[in-house]
Amino acid sequence: MNTILKLLEDNANLTPAQLAVMCGKETGDIKKLIKEYEANGVIVGYKTLVDWDKTDREYVSALIEVKITPQRDRGFDRVAEKIYNYPEVQSLYLMSGGYDLCVLIEGKTMKEVAYFVAQKLATIEEVVSTATHFVLRKYKDKGVVYGVEEIDERGNCN
Amino acid sequence: MFDYSSVLSHTVTNLKKSGIRKFFDLLDGRKDVIGLTVGQPDFVTPWHIREAGIESLQKGKTYYTSNAGMPELRAEICSYLKRRFALSYLPEETVVTVGGSEAIDLAIRSVTDPGDEIIIPTPSFVCYEPIARLCGGVPVIVKTTVEDRFKLTPEALRAAITPKTKMLVLPYPNNPTGAILTKEELEGIAEVLRGTNILVLSDEIYAEMTYGRQHVSIASLDGMWERTIITSGFSKSYAMTGWRMGYLAAPKPLAEQMLKIHQYAIMCAPTTSQFAAIEALKNGDEDIAMMVGEYDRRRRFVYQGFQDIGVDVFEPEGAFYIYPEIGKFGLDADTFCDKLLNEYKCAIVPGTAFGEGGERFARVSYAYSIKHIEEALNRIEAFVKTLK
Repeated sequence: MNTILKLLEDNANLTPAQLAVMCGKETGDIKKLIKEYEANGVIVGYKTLVDWDKTDREYVSALIEVKITPQRDRGFDRVAEKIYNYPEVQSLYLMSGGYDLCVLIEGKTMKEVAYFVAQKLATIEEVVSTATHFVLRKYKDKGVVYGVEEIDERGNCN
Repeated sequence: MFDYSSVLSHTVTNLKKSGIRKFFDLLDGRKDVIGLTVGQPDFVTPWHIREAGIESLQKGKTYYTSNAGMPELRAEICSYLKRRFALSYLPEETVVTVGGSEAIDLAIRSVTDPGDEIIIPTPSFVCYEPIARLCGGVPVIVKTTVEDRFKLTPEALRAAITPKTKMLVLPYPNNPTGAILTKEELEGIAEVLRGTNILVLSDEIYAEMTYGRQHVSIASLDGMWERTIITSGFSKSYAMTGWRMGYLAAPKPLAEQMLKIHQYAIMCAPTTSQFAAIEALKNGDEDIAMMVGEYDRRRRFVYQGFQDIGVDVFEPEGAFYIYPEIGKFGLDADTFCDKLLNEYKCAIVPGTAFGEGGERFARVSYAYSIKHIEEALNRIEAFVKTLK
């Protein structure tokens, strides 16, 4: 039932009882369904979207393009595993096109990110090259627009 | 000092200011209020539809169209009415209007001579009565009741008919109650009208917003097509309120006369909006399904929400409104809504804004996010707890 997944993807705060009402189902059935999704890895976790720019936390994020030499038999997976095990790596994708892996990372300072690239990423044997792009501003993430106050401009008309 | 009262039309000055306008005026500039008042979708017009409007501007299509609307749009309207509601109209039996509102205006104006009676079930949208009055017509109000789930009954209709009856306004799916009429119920209405000379203005602006069953137009019943003017539009179904796009469909002898008024008063509906509307009709069916699915989930949510906080309410089957009965808390609708607004910073519209019969009710729009609805329900709950 993709509807439940879509609703939860948009708002993980919805309770099973609320989801049941919205979809015309029994709360017990929804609970069971969510348990199943969690057990078989369809639902992999719940997080909160935070606009850190509104806090005093100092951080930088960067997107790193990585070219690698695939390993015999194991393709990109082994290298990917080496990279995603670093806790500073937020996201990792295998890409089509001009480079192989796209690494999204977060660090306290630019220096820290630079250190990660130079000392950890570039030193992996299969990594051929890297190109680091620092994020200047986050406009939208996970479907949510950041930094813009939503104003209901609809006129009361009818 | 110019004496304006000496120059203004008495018909106009005697029109009552709409109750809904009065209430909305109270909300103006109030930023601290969380409201469930808005009678329009919270979705933005789907991008492909906006893009069609933009493209028409980029290509310099800034001319008037023919009075009745672009031929391609009228053909698409006919195809849509056939596809969705099994209604057969020819393009020349349609007029593209400035919103459904203009279509309603044309329908009433084209048939009403002074003294003609127009039957208007209430609660309903606020425009029918004043338009009838502007033509010298006599509005005959038929109050529907919660016991009948705010459906017009054949008995009530029969009792309201006189030799002067010209037209019945059929406002279903209904704003503000969320009531609909099923095919069987429409058949009962049709049976009263067959053999009379009475026309029907079927305001089907919310036709796409029905839940659990497909909307049926009275024009699709035997002997009804020839006496029915359908008014509808793009505002609700495609989230296009600001484009001001509506239309009417009616037998040619009626459509021709309505087109005359439209031609003199309006010339033609906005061209940019007509291009967008063509795109909506051609490729917008999925958008409707998506939005209606979302409204349905909110409808269930808000319906359960009112039950949970102990407010009597019947399950709405159409539009995007729910109509809770707040009368049992001992306050009339205006006082209830006023106190809720001023003491609990939550706005819902008193039922009295929609004509007679709304004294114990309020209109709640669920064209809002679940989070917003939840917060508003919390405030309503806090308020009604003080009244029990």
